[in-house]
Amino acid sequence: MSEVAEAPAKVREPLLSKKNRKLLSDPMDENNPITIQVLGICSALAVTTQLKPAFVLSVCVVFVCAFANLTISILRKGIPPRIRMIVQLVVIASLVILVDQFLRAFAYEISRELSVFIGLIITNCIVMGRLEAFAMANKPWPAFLDGIGNGLGYGAILIIVAALRELFGAGNLLGYPIIPQFMYDMGYMNNGVMVTPAAAMFVIGLIIWWQRSRKPELVDIS
Amino acid sequence: MDINTNGYTFLYATIMTLIVAVSLAAVATGLKPMQLKQEELQMKQSILASVMPKPDKAKVEDLYDQSIKELIISPSGKVIEGVLAKDIELRKEYKKSESDQQLPLYIYEKDGKKNYIIPLYGAGLWDAISGYVALDESKKTVAGAVFDHVGETPGLGAEITKPWFQDQFKGRSLYDASGKFVSIDVLKGKGNDLSKSNVIVDGMSGATITGDGVEDMIRKGVKSYLAYFGKKN
Repeated sequence: MSEVAEAPAKVREPLLSKKNRKLLSDPMDENNPITIQVLGICSALAVTTQLKPAFVLSVCVVFVCAFANLTISILRKGIPPRIRMIVQLVVIASLVILVDQFLRAFAYEISRELSVFIGLIITNCIVMGRLEAFAMANKPWPAFLDGIGNGLGYGAILIIVAALRELFGAGNLLGYPIIPQFMYDMGYMNNGVMVTPAAAMFVIGLIIWWQRSRKPELVDIS
Repeated sequence: MDINTNGYTFLYATIMTLIVAVSLAAVATGLKPMQLKQEELQMKQSILASVMPKPDKAKVEDLYDQSIKELIISPSGKVIEGVLAKDIELRKEYKKSESDQQLPLYIYEKDGKKNYIIPLYGAGLWDAISGYVALDESKKTVAGAVFDHVGETPGLGAEITKPWFQDQFKGRSLYDASGKFVSIDVLKGKGNDLSKSNVIVDGMSGATITGDGVEDMIRKGVKSYLAYFGKKN
């Protein structure tokens, strides 16, 4: 409550100031959770064989990341330091269970499709990484934006990788055939390696390479 | 207040656990009826999908009530009365000894022709797989099949839910040329020559174990109904 009383004395920062906008845009590129922070690689390998589950999982991660960041940031001054990781984990787990329960009741098909991966958001390093690195030390609104930004940055990589893998592994996008039949008639074949998790590693490696050759100052960051 | 003391830490943990436990339990209980409804709808949709193109969710209830008759039988071929098909969980039935098992059979009737739909339950690579296989009037040839899974990998084992995999069961026989029950063999890898036998279907590259799971599930599932089918003939 005291914070509200103090506020008029200071110049209020606009909700989407340059600094706050950077919280959203940075994780998309220069501070991407997957390619720069190297967090969340595990799910990026597992859920990227097809575009649709990758997309839905990204949406769920954005939600969990944003609200976990918000909750922890609100609580940050009261969390006992010695059990702070456990508190973070409880918040994440509760949010994930909420998402899972709601999907099951209202979007049963999608919940079936994603099956175990929803539960695995709990173990997604991005969420906990951002709580520990950002939400514990920042105010709720910036923390919320940081959560959205990182969720989106994660989702962007997931969707790029999934699109490439589905296109070259199965010839489809979102389940619809993209590569025309005459290509197959001419001897083109789907690349079986692209369906395996190893292919995600190659693709992410290529993205990292491309990103760093474009911005050499990123080379020594991680 | 000092947030480093033991007392505060314990108090914090206790209150947090209480709040989280109560609120999650409330949400789970509150959403339960909707989830069960969704599951039942999904089940009816799958049953219907084994004998016709997958019906629209909105039409499932009516179609099911009109065209499906539920029957409970025992592996020895007896018809059991007083049990509802929706109360039976195959997972639990398979754990019982054979004489105690109660197995649902769904009979679809259209234009005087009957299809016998058998529920299936088995193990994939990561978790359970399930499905329905519909037999035609002769009870020897497959009229259609649908499969579902809990945790198979998208693009690999999860391919069992795709039309290309399910459609190839149509018209395949459960009996070999000499009339012996052999069930259907899911081959290893994709792109096999299927013309040489009527009891094989193409498998999935990179998902041999899931394919074997489907094969075992059908063999085990259909076998328990043979006594009932035999009696009727």
